[in-house]
Amino acid sequence: MEKRSKQLPLLFTSSDWNFDDLSRAYDAIREIAVNELRLDFYPNQIEVISSEQMLDAYSSIGMPLMYQHWSFGKHFVHESNLYRKGRMGLAYELVINSNPCITYLMEENTMALQTLVIAHASFGHNHFFKNNYLFQQWTDAGAILPYMEFAKSFIARCEERYSPAAVEAVLDAAHALMPQAVFRYRRRPRLSVERERARIRERLEHEERTFSDLWRTLPQAAEAEAPREVQTDMSERQSAIEYPEENLLYFLEKNSPVLKPWQREILRIVRVIAQYFYPQRQTKVMNEGCATFVHYTIMNSLYDKGQISEGTMLEVLQNHSNVVFQPHFDDPRYGGLNPYTLGFNMMRDIQRICTEPTAEDRDWFPDFAGNGDWCGTLLDAWATHRDESFIRQFLSPALIRDMRLFSLQEESSDPYYEVMAIHDERGYERVRSSLANSYDVGMTQPDIQAVDADLKGDRKLRIKHTVHNGATLVEETRNETIRYIQRLWGHEVSLVGVDAQTDKVLYEVSSKELGEKA
Amino acid sequence: MPNFIDRRLNPKDKSLGNRQRFLRRARDELKRAINERVRSGKIDAVGEDQVIPIPRKGIGEPTFQRAPHSGRREEVLPGNKTFGTGDRIPRPAAGGGKGSDPSSSGDGEDDFNFVLSREEVLDLFFEDLELPDLVKLNLKEVVTFRPRRAGFTMSGNPTSISVGRTMFNSFGRRIALRRPRQAEIDAVAAELAKLEGERRPSAAILQRIAALREELATLARRRKLIPYIDPIDIRFNRFEPQPVPNANAVMFCLMDVSGSMGEREKDLAKRFFVLLHLFLKRRYAKTDIVFIRHTHEASEVDEDTFFYSTQSGGTVVSTALDEMLRVIRERYPAKEWNIYAAQASDGDNIPNDSEKCVSMLDSTLMRLCQYYAYVEIIDERESEMFRHADNGTSLWNAYREVSAEWPNFEMTRIAKPSDIYPVFHELFAKAPAPAKRG
Repeated sequence: MEKRSKQLPLLFTSSDWNFDDLSRAYDAIREIAVNELRLDFYPNQIEVISSEQMLDAYSSIGMPLMYQHWSFGKHFVHESNLYRKGRMGLAYELVINSNPCITYLMEENTMALQTLVIAHASFGHNHFFKNNYLFQQWTDAGAILPYMEFAKSFIARCEERYSPAAVEAVLDAAHALMPQAVFRYRRRPRLSVERERARIRERLEHEERTFSDLWRTLPQAAEAEAPREVQTDMSERQSAIEYPEENLLYFLEKNSPVLKPWQREILRIVRVIAQYFYPQRQTKVMNEGCATFVHYTIMNSLYDKGQISEGTMLEVLQNHSNVVFQPHFDDPRYGGLNPYTLGFNMMRDIQRICTEPTAEDRDWFPDFAGNGDWCGTLLDAWATHRDESFIRQFLSPALIRDMRLFSLQEESSDPYYEVMAIHDERGYERVRSSLANSYDVGMTQPDIQAVDADLKGDRKLRIKHTVHNGATLVEETRNETIRYIQRLWGHEVSLVGVDAQTDKVLYEVSSKELGEKA
Repeated sequence: MPNFIDRRLNPKDKSLGNRQRFLRRARDELKRAINERVRSGKIDAVGEDQVIPIPRKGIGEPTFQRAPHSGRREEVLPGNKTFGTGDRIPRPAAGGGKGSDPSSSGDGEDDFNFVLSREEVLDLFFEDLELPDLVKLNLKEVVTFRPRRAGFTMSGNPTSISVGRTMFNSFGRRIALRRPRQAEIDAVAAELAKLEGERRPSAAILQRIAALREELATLARRRKLIPYIDPIDIRFNRFEPQPVPNANAVMFCLMDVSGSMGEREKDLAKRFFVLLHLFLKRRYAKTDIVFIRHTHEASEVDEDTFFYSTQSGGTVVSTALDEMLRVIRERYPAKEWNIYAAQASDGDNIPNDSEKCVSMLDSTLMRLCQYYAYVEIIDERESEMFRHADNGTSLWNAYREVSAEWPNFEMTRIAKPSDIYPVFHELFAKAPAPAKRG
C-alpha cells in the first residue's frame, strides 16, 4: 500500500455523514463498479432509516410492505430484546430485491460505514439480484413491491370483512406450510397486480350481482338438488388434480373442498412470497460472498486512488474482518460456517487462481486457471450458479487447506461421529461434495408431497414424506403442522413416512388420531 | 446520483398492529403471569412496565422440521487441528455444546421475555373487573359543561367577536357595493390638483375640472354611505355548552391505626388500597386520594403518616366516618365527584359505636358514595373461625345490616396477602350477564 498515489481528493473528511458526502461517495463507487468490476445493476434507491425502523423491517422478513400478523410482532419483540441486551448488533443495511433496488442505511452508521454499505448492498447485492439466473427465473423485481402493497391491503380488507381471527387462522396455517409452498421446477408465477386486482374485483362483483335475498326464501326442498351438483363438481375437480404435488399450499389453494375464495387468495399470497424468497435460500453463500467481495475490492480501489483516508480504511477493514470472522468448530462462538467468509474466501481464491495459479490449480481448474480475467470469471460464476453448484465447481484444495475443512458424519445409531475426510489429497473431493450437498435445498429440506385426495369419498388427503438417509421429522412440530393442514383441507389428513430406499413405511400419522389442539 | 430518501421522520411504530396481534395471541399466558406476580406480593410494581416471560409453546410457529439427530448426515466444519480420516469422536452427552448441533442457533431460550407497558399491564390485570354501581355513574356522568366552538353568530359578547369573519364579510360587501377605494379618490384628486395648477386653463380643461370635482364629490358621498365596516358584517364566535362526562374520582382510605393493628394488618390494608387506587386511576382522568386514620379520634393525614406512623388510643370507628363526611362537604361535592371509600379495620370497636356507624352510613354516607368497601383484616388463625359470614366481630355484624340494604356496599375478609387479589376480584367482578341500565 506504500505505492499509493495521491491523485484524487478525499471524498469526505468527517466521520459524520451528510447527503452531499453520500452522493459524492456513491458516484465514486459507481465509477469503480462500472469500469473496474463491470457490474450491471438495477437503479438504486437509498433510504436512511433509524434503528427502530430497522427493527421494524427485520421483523417483517425484510419487506418494506407487509401484511399484519402476530408472528411479526413476536419477532419484533425478540429482536428488540436481543438488541437492547446488546447480544445482537443490527445489520448495517438491508437490501431488497426490487427494481429500483432499495437499500436501507442506518442513521447511526459513520460515513465510512455508509460508504462500505453502499458498495456492499447497492452494488454487490444489486448486481447479484439482477444477474443471477435463479433470481431472473424465479422472481420479478419490478412487480414485487406493488404486489406486496396489494397483498397488504387485501389482507387488511379481509380482516375488516371476516374478522382478524378468521384471517389469522388461515395465515397461521399457511405460514406453517411456507417451506412446502415452492415450485422447484415449474416457471415462476407471473405477478401482475392489475390482473390480480381485476380478477378479484370480478369475482366479488359476480358474487354481489348474483346475490339475491330471494334465494333464502325458497322452500327447503330445492336443497335436495344441491348434493348432486356438488358431486359432479367434485368429480370434475378430482380428475383435474395432478399427483404428486410438492407445493402443498398450491395444492390446498386449488383443491381444498372447504376454503372460500378469499382464503384461497390468502394462501396464494403466502405462496407467492415463499416463492419470491426461494432463490435467496439457495444463494446465501454466493450472494453474501459477492457483496463482500465487491465492497472489499471497491474500498481498496478507493483507498488506492486516495479518495478515502487511512483512518476510514482502518474502520472499513475492521468492520470487514468482523463480517468475515469464522470461529473454528471447537470455539464456543462457532455457529456454523459463516456464509460471508466462505463466499468471500472462494471469490478471492478464484481471483488468485486466475492471476497467480499454482500447478495444483492448473490441474484442478484447467478452464480458467491463469486466464488473467478474474473479473469475467467471477461475473460468469455469479450469473450461472447457486451455492451448491458454485461450491462443487469452484472450491479449491488450497482453500480447503486454508480453512482446514473436514467432513464429519453422524449416524444416529452410532455412539460416535466419524471423520470422513480432511484437507488431504484423498479428502478434497469428499469435503467439496459434502459441503456442496449441505447447501442443496433439495437435500436439506424434507421431501413432502401430496399424493392422493379422495374428493368423492371420505375426502381424506394423503401426504407422503419420503425419508432420505433416515432423517425423520421433529414429532411435535410435525403434528402441529398436520393440524394446520387439516384446518385448510377441512377433512382428515394423513402423513406417511416412507423410506426412500426400502419403501418401508416408517410412520403414519393422521389428523384424526391427533385430535384437536391439546 | 441515486435516489436518496430520508425516512427517519416517517411515522414510527410500524409494527404496532403486529404487537397488538401478538398480545392478543399471548393474552392467556400474559394474564396468568401477571396474576401470578400480583399473588406473589409485588403489588406496588403492578403500576409499572413489566417484563413477562412467556413459555414458547403457546406462540410457536410449527413447520415440518428435520429431527436433529435422526438418520445419517454429513457436515463440513472448519478449523481441523488433529483429526485424520477415519477418526471417531465420541458423541457428546445430550445437550452438549457441540457446535454441529443445528439447534444451537436458537439460543436455547425456553422463555420469551416480553416487556409490557403500564397500560397493557393494567388492561390485562383489570380486564374482567368492572366498576360497580353503574346506575349512579350514568346519572352523574353529565354534570359539567364545557364551551365548544360551534360556528358563528350575529349577536354576542364583544370579547368573542370574530375579526377574521367580520373582515371577510365587510370585504365582500365593499366589493359588491363598489365602495370607492382610497387609491381611486387619490387619483382623481391628484389629477384635479394638477389641472388646477395650470396657469391658463383652456375651456376643455375647465370642463374637465368641473367633471372631476363632481366625480370627487360622488366618490366621497359613496364612501360615506357605504361604511368600511357595517353592523351587518359583524360576526361573533358561537360557543355551545357541551356536556363533559364527570371524570373525577376521589377515594377515601379509612383505616384503624389503634394498637390492635400491627404491621401485618397495615401492610394488607395498604395492598388493598393500592389495587383500588390503580383500578380507579384507569377509569378516571383525575383521582384524588384522601387518607383518614382513626383511633378514638380521626384525622386526615398524608400517605406516609397514614401507613407508617403509629398512634395509640382506643377505637371509635364513627369518628372516621364523621371526618369523611366533613371532607366531602368541604371539598368533594357529590355532584362533581365520584366518591369511593374503602375502610380497613381489624373489626374492633368500642361498644355501641357500631350502631352509630350503621346509622351514619344509612342516613347520609351511602347516598353520597358510589361504592363503599369494608375490608376486615383478620388473623390467619381466625380465618377458620370466621369462615361463615354470620359470625364475626362487632363491626362486621353491624355492617351486615348495611350490606343487606345497600347494593353498593361490599364487605369481605382478608387473612393473607394471597387473598387480596381474589377478594378484590370478587368485589369488582363483572356481573355474569351485565344488565344494561340507564
